[in-house]
Amino acid sequence: MDFEDTPEEAAFRAEVHAWLADNATPARNDQADDLGLGDSRDVMAGAKAWQAKKAAKGYARIAWPKEAGGLGGTAIQQAIYNQEEAKFDVPDTRMFAIGLGMCIPTLMAYASKDVGARYVAPALAGEEIWCQLFSEPAAGSDVAGLRTRAEKHGADWIVSGQKIWTSGAHFSDYGLLLARTDFDALKHKGLTMFFLSMRSPGVEIRPIRQASGGANFNEVFFTDVRIPDAQRLGEVGQGWTVALTTLMHERLAVGGGLGGGLDVKELLTLVRELELEDGPALKNAHVRERIADWYVRSAGLKYTTYRTMTALSRGQQPGPEASIAKIVVASKLQELCAFAMELEGEAGALKGEDAPAHGAFQLGWMSAPGLRIAGGTDEILRNIIAERVLGLPPDIRVDKDVPFNKVPGAR
Amino acid sequence: MNFDFSEDQKLLREQARKLLADKCPPRTIRAVLEGDAGYDAALWKSIAEMGWLGTAIPEAYGGLGLGALELCVIAEELGRVLAPVPFSSTICLFAQALLLAGSEEQKQRLLPGIASGAVIGTFARVEAPGGVTPRSIRASFRAGRLSGAKTAVADGMEAHFTVALVRTSEEAGERGLSLALVDLNSERVRRQKLDSIDPSRKHAQFTFDHVAAELLGSVGEGWEIARQVLDRAAVLMAFEQVGGADACLAMAKDYARTRHAFGRAIGSFQAIKHKLADIYIGNELARSNAYYGAWALSTNARELPLAAAAARISATQAFDFAANESVQVHGGIGFTWEADCHLFQKRARELALALGPQRVWKDRLVTELERSNAA
Repeated sequence: MDFEDTPEEAAFRAEVHAWLADNATPARNDQADDLGLGDSRDVMAGAKAWQAKKAAKGYARIAWPKEAGGLGGTAIQQAIYNQEEAKFDVPDTRMFAIGLGMCIPTLMAYASKDVGARYVAPALAGEEIWCQLFSEPAAGSDVAGLRTRAEKHGADWIVSGQKIWTSGAHFSDYGLLLARTDFDALKHKGLTMFFLSMRSPGVEIRPIRQASGGANFNEVFFTDVRIPDAQRLGEVGQGWTVALTTLMHERLAVGGGLGGGLDVKELLTLVRELELEDGPALKNAHVRERIADWYVRSAGLKYTTYRTMTALSRGQQPGPEASIAKIVVASKLQELCAFAMELEGEAGALKGEDAPAHGAFQLGWMSAPGLRIAGGTDEILRNIIAERVLGLPPDIRVDKDVPFNKVPGAR
Repeated sequence: MNFDFSEDQKLLREQARKLLADKCPPRTIRAVLEGDAGYDAALWKSIAEMGWLGTAIPEAYGGLGLGALELCVIAEELGRVLAPVPFSSTICLFAQALLLAGSEEQKQRLLPGIASGAVIGTFARVEAPGGVTPRSIRASFRAGRLSGAKTAVADGMEAHFTVALVRTSEEAGERGLSLALVDLNSERVRRQKLDSIDPSRKHAQFTFDHVAAELLGSVGEGWEIARQVLDRAAVLMAFEQVGGADACLAMAKDYARTRHAFGRAIGSFQAIKHKLADIYIGNELARSNAYYGAWALSTNARELPLAAAAARISATQAFDFAANESVQVHGGIGFTWEADCHLFQKRARELALALGPQRVWKDRLVTELERSNAA
C-alpha cells in the first residue's frame, strides 16, 4: 500500500508535467466561485485557446482513441493529467465538460461516421460548445416525464416546448435534445433523441438568475423549431435508451474539486484569526470538534478518490464508492460555511469585500443549495446508491405502465 | 497509485472471513454474552493456530513477522463477527506497548506467548470517570512496588499481564508518569468483575497493593508511550469498527429487502433507502480513513497521529450510526434480545469509548492539523 505511481505512470506524469510547465504558469490560490462557468468574452477566448492547445497534443481527452483526437490512453492517465493540470493556473475549461463528457460520446455511439466526424474534432478543440437539453420545468429528477413535443413533418421534425436548467446554453453552439415523439406510448417508450444548432430559428434562450445571484443556467424555449431527420440519434421511440448512454458517461471527475475549494483549510485560516467570547476561536472546544468532524469527511473523500484511482491504475472499473462525493461535499459546504458565518458573528451577515475573508464563506453558503440539487439532488443520489449499490428494490412508479397522455399532470 | 491491500492480503481476508463464518456464528458471541467466561477459548485457540496473533510480531519473538497491514485485515474480520476474544486488548494494545517500549528481555519473555495465544494482556489507564489527564493518574509505582487502582479495564478478568499508566514522581504534567508491566497472578492484585454495556467483552477493576511490577520503557515517558500505543490501537481498532459497521449495513439491507409492509418490501420506501445510503456513505468514508491510517501505521509515517485520529473518529461515527440505524430498520424485532442488532450496537458503543471518547480524539486531530500547518 502506497501512493506511488507505477514506473509507466511516473513517466507519463513527468511527460505531462513538462508539457504543462512549458505551456502554463504555476497555480495561485483560487477564490471560491459561484458554481463555476465564467463566460465573459475574455474568459471564453482564453478557455478556447487552452482547449485547442490540449487537443493538438491529444490531452483534451486522454482516454479517447487517437482516431477521435484523443491520446489512446487510459483512465488513470486522464486522472494523472487532471492532478498535474490542477497545479497550474490554466483557464477554466468546464464549459466543454458537458459536450465532451456526455453529448459527443452519445454522438459517437449513435450518429453515422460522417456526421460524427463533422462534430467531434471541433468540440474537442473547443471551437464548438455543446449543451444538454433534457430537464424541463415538469421533468427534473423525473426527466423521462418530459413534454417537449417533436412531430414528424416530411423529412423534418417540428419541435415545441421548453427546457430548463441548461448549463451554458447561452454560449453553446449545439444541443443534445430529448423530446417526446409519441404521447400515446408509455412514458419511457415515446421519447426520441436529436441534436440541433442552438441558432436554429425558433430557439430562444433566457438566463435564469440563481438565488446566489449568478446566472449559469438557462431556460430554452422551442417554438416550431425545425430539425432534419438526419439529426436524429437512435430509432424513433428509443430516446430513453440513448439518454441512458449519455448519463452513463457522466463520470466522477477524478481529482477534480467540488464546492469551490472551501474546506477545513480555509476554515482554519479564519479560525486562527478570530477572537471569540472566551478567547481565541482555535482554543474553543466546540470549534475544534466541528473542525475535526469536517476534516474526517474531507479526508475520507480524498482517500476514497485514491482508492478509485487505484482501481483505475489496476485496470479495474472504479467501485461504487465513487458515487458518494457530491452528497458529502455539498452538505459539508453548506454546514461549514454557515458555521464560519456563526464564528464571524454579526459581521457574518456581510458579503463580498465587506465581509471577513473576502466573503468566501457567504458566497459558499449562497452557492451550496445549488450544489445539493444540480446534477442529481441529494435525494436522487441516495436512491441511486440504495438501488444500484445496495440492491434495494426500485421505487414503485405509478406512471410506468400507463400511456403518457393518461398520466396525471401530463398533457 | 497503489492505495489498496495487495492480492495476498485480500486472500488472507477471504480466509479469515471463511474461518470466522464457520467458527464464530452468533451463538458463540451469545455464549460469552450470557455466560461467565470472558472469551471463547476454542475460538482464541483457532485464531492462534492460524498464526493471526503473531501476525505483526517479528519472527525472532515467535511471530510471523508480517506487517501492520495484515493485522488490519484480521482486525476487520474479527470486528465483522464481533469475535468474543481478547484480541484488541492483547494485540492492539498490550503487544503494541511491548513492541514500542519493551526491553529485549521483556519482549523475549512475553511476545512468544502472545503469538501462541498463551498470554493474554491488557492496557490499564483509567482511574475515575471523566477525563484522563496526567493529574488523574494516582496509582503509585515506587521502588518496584505498585499501589492504586485501575477501572473499566477491558478483558481485565482474563488477562495474565497488564501494562498500566502509573505515577513515578510527583512532578507535574506528563513527566511524573511511566508505564509499569504487572503480572496479574500476584496475590497482591485484587480483581473485580464490573458490569458493562457489552458483556461479550467483559471489564474489570484492578486494585494493586504493593504488588511487584517492572518498568516498561523509561521513567517519565509513560504518557508519551501511552499516546503512541493509543495511536496504533486506534488504527487497528478502526478496522474492527469498520468490519462491524459493514456487518450492520449487510443485516439492515437484507432485512429491508425481505421484510414486507404496506404490500411492499420496506427497502422500497425512500425513508429506509436513504437511511441505508447514509450508512453506506459513512462506512465508505470510515474505510478510506482507516486505509490511510493503515498506510501511516505500516510505514511509521510522521502523519500517524493525524491519520490515527481521523481513522478513529470516522470509524467510531460510522459504527455507532450503522448499529443504531440497523436497529431502526429492523423495527420492534431489532429491539429484542433474540435479534443480533443489539450485539452490534453494544460493541459499537464499547469500542467508541475504549480508547477514550471522541472529544479527546477530535481535540488531538486539530492539534495535529495545527502542528502540520506550522511545520
